[in-house]
Amino acid sequence: MSAATRSWSPQGLAARLAGGALRVFLVLAGLFWLLPTLGLLISSFLSPTDLNRGGWWQALSAPSRLTADNYAHLLSNGTITGSLLSTVAITVPATLLVVTLGAFAGYAFAWLEFPGRDWLFLIVVALLVVPVQVALIPVSELFGAIGLFETTAGVVLFHTAFGLPFAVFLLRNFFAEIPRELLEAARLDGAGELRLFTRVVLPLGGPAIASLGIFQFLWVWNDMLVALVFADSAHPPVTVALQQQVRQFGNNIDVLAPGAFLSMVVPLVVFFAFQRQFVTGVMAGAVK
Amino acid sequence: MAAPDVSRAGEARRRRLIAAAFLLPALVLLGALVVHPIGYSLYRSLFDRSGDTFVGGANYAEILRDGTIRTALGNTALWVVLAPTTATALGLIFAVLTERVRWGTAFKLLVFMPMAISMLAAGIIFRLVYDQDPDRGVANAVWVGVHDTFAESSAFPKARPGRDSPLVAAPGGAFETRDPVRAGSAVPLPLVGVAPDALPKGTRTARPPAAEPGKVTGTVWQDFTRGGGGRTNTVDPTEQALAGMRIEAVKDGRVVDRATAGSDGTFTLSAKADGARLRLPASNFREAYAGVEWLGPTLVTPAVIGAYVWMWAGFAMVLIGAGLASVPRELLEAARVDGANEWQVFRRITVPLLAPVLAVVLVTLVINVMKIFDLVFVIAPGAVQDDANVLALQLYRTSFGTDADQGLGSAIAVLLLVLVVPVMLYNIRRMRREARR
Repeated sequence: MSAATRSWSPQGLAARLAGGALRVFLVLAGLFWLLPTLGLLISSFLSPTDLNRGGWWQALSAPSRLTADNYAHLLSNGTITGSLLSTVAITVPATLLVVTLGAFAGYAFAWLEFPGRDWLFLIVVALLVVPVQVALIPVSELFGAIGLFETTAGVVLFHTAFGLPFAVFLLRNFFAEIPRELLEAARLDGAGELRLFTRVVLPLGGPAIASLGIFQFLWVWNDMLVALVFADSAHPPVTVALQQQVRQFGNNIDVLAPGAFLSMVVPLVVFFAFQRQFVTGVMAGAVK
Repeated sequence: MAAPDVSRAGEARRRRLIAAAFLLPALVLLGALVVHPIGYSLYRSLFDRSGDTFVGGANYAEILRDGTIRTALGNTALWVVLAPTTATALGLIFAVLTERVRWGTAFKLLVFMPMAISMLAAGIIFRLVYDQDPDRGVANAVWVGVHDTFAESSAFPKARPGRDSPLVAAPGGAFETRDPVRAGSAVPLPLVGVAPDALPKGTRTARPPAAEPGKVTGTVWQDFTRGGGGRTNTVDPTEQALAGMRIEAVKDGRVVDRATAGSDGTFTLSAKADGARLRLPASNFREAYAGVEWLGPTLVTPAVIGAYVWMWAGFAMVLIGAGLASVPRELLEAARVDGANEWQVFRRITVPLLAPVLAVVLVTLVINVMKIFDLVFVIAPGAVQDDANVLALQLYRTSFGTDADQGLGSAIAVLLLVLVVPVMLYNIRRMRREARR
């Protein structure tokens, strides 16, 4: 029996058909995932006139129509560039703080003995799922009273607080896996807790800290609700600045499309550069 | 004997101080910004708008009474039922299928990518996808394309007979010749009212009808000369054909023959049309199909859920894919050797083994969906925000709008918290079980 006749046997044919159907299905699904983003990307490179003339897909056959004018226009307008800086000014400290405070607390929960440790940790676990919405009204009153309302510091503290349960949970579990002998050996050498923490635990916890950092970074960068309530309305982060443009949608795609992409550049770079850590963070963050 | 006791007590104290120093910053922030707000929301929800008058459970009663909030409750329920299951099912399908193609990794990356972007950006992306205008929104472009492939499209929505035309209006939006036609005669069918730029691409000038023995011939054209000078009911040299117009010959209420006008507007009917009236059926004149109103009151919630599934199916896929990697291959192979087909292997072995992962994914998505805010806020146009409303959005609108009622807002916050309590307890139980091991 030759290979050709075998592959045209009923089973071979069925397998080929199934394989073909599988590929067609996945290609269609892939298009479904690709087209929305591609559409906005191409729209961001079309002039307002071309945007009104017809669908973005027409530019596929006339690539000469693509122009970076929208981006040039947007970057020369201080509002969006300023809002990107505000986003950075919120995201970087909120990420560093949550990683630092989370690492200290995670270490204490994993390796220090103190009364009520297990109960306290269970409370932290319980706080994992508390929706941020619960805190909007109380914290806006609190921040109002102590002068943090509509300040960058306020937004940073809010994000840090709501990032902490996950940070403590993730890092405590990771630190707890460090072999006891390693720590005991360092203690015998006379290392204090702080030294132990910085010289032994932090280096070993690198992967978990990286995952946490990336996760928190993307979370804060992409946040809109917290910023909508707590951020300085004169210097809002990019999500809020763009949201204010959404209301008259049809008329300003030429602002929204490039604006959305500018806001996506950093998260996408982080995502593609640190895919593995991001996936680890996402998996650890399930049931959050 | 006393000295070691003192130093042991001192040592214990020192350790507690160190632990406190490590924990304090985190605990202070958690206490002030997470734990305290829970208590304060409970308390505040029992007071009225001003915060001065105790109203007991009145705010909670208002949640059930207020029509807008009830819609929000209903929509949140719809979200919880639809979004996590759809995203998980797609994630499962993708995770299993991508293992069988070489470009599986690229596909996974594409589907997972939306996880990295903000809901605001995803919202803007889908505002464009769902744009009502089929010349802008890709959803309607595809939908209209599919629709027009199966339903005949009409090219001349505005066409109508002019003055003294041999055509008269017939029931249902069709037009019909006033008199029956005879074989061997040429029938002019003049219409007016089609905008010159609305004529189909490739439209040519009309050719005057030429009689043919034993047949009914004719021309259908736009009886209008640009710049003036055309004669009524006559095919003048520059007048345009109405190519593609469908023509029926109707005798005693039955269609006996039909034809379609060529690019020069001419058509030919057989001898069967002798004595019939010529009708231009209404399908020629229907308004162009405008597609689906995705962001209208009825479809807006499913549409936004679609955008959510687009964002989160990748999450389900990656978690399930990781679970799949730990499914023993020998088990699947053994089943295949025993004659199980792929579906049976999937249904009887893969899915049961993945059950714990599927549960985690579903629970995570349910919590996530209860808090959904940005997507609805961005995608639903202002006019339909009431129809697309969900609890988290209503909470924001109640608490921070122009006529904010923070008592009612706090009650909604407490409701949201109560909804996640089962998951909270589940997390604690799981943690204690792990601690005991």
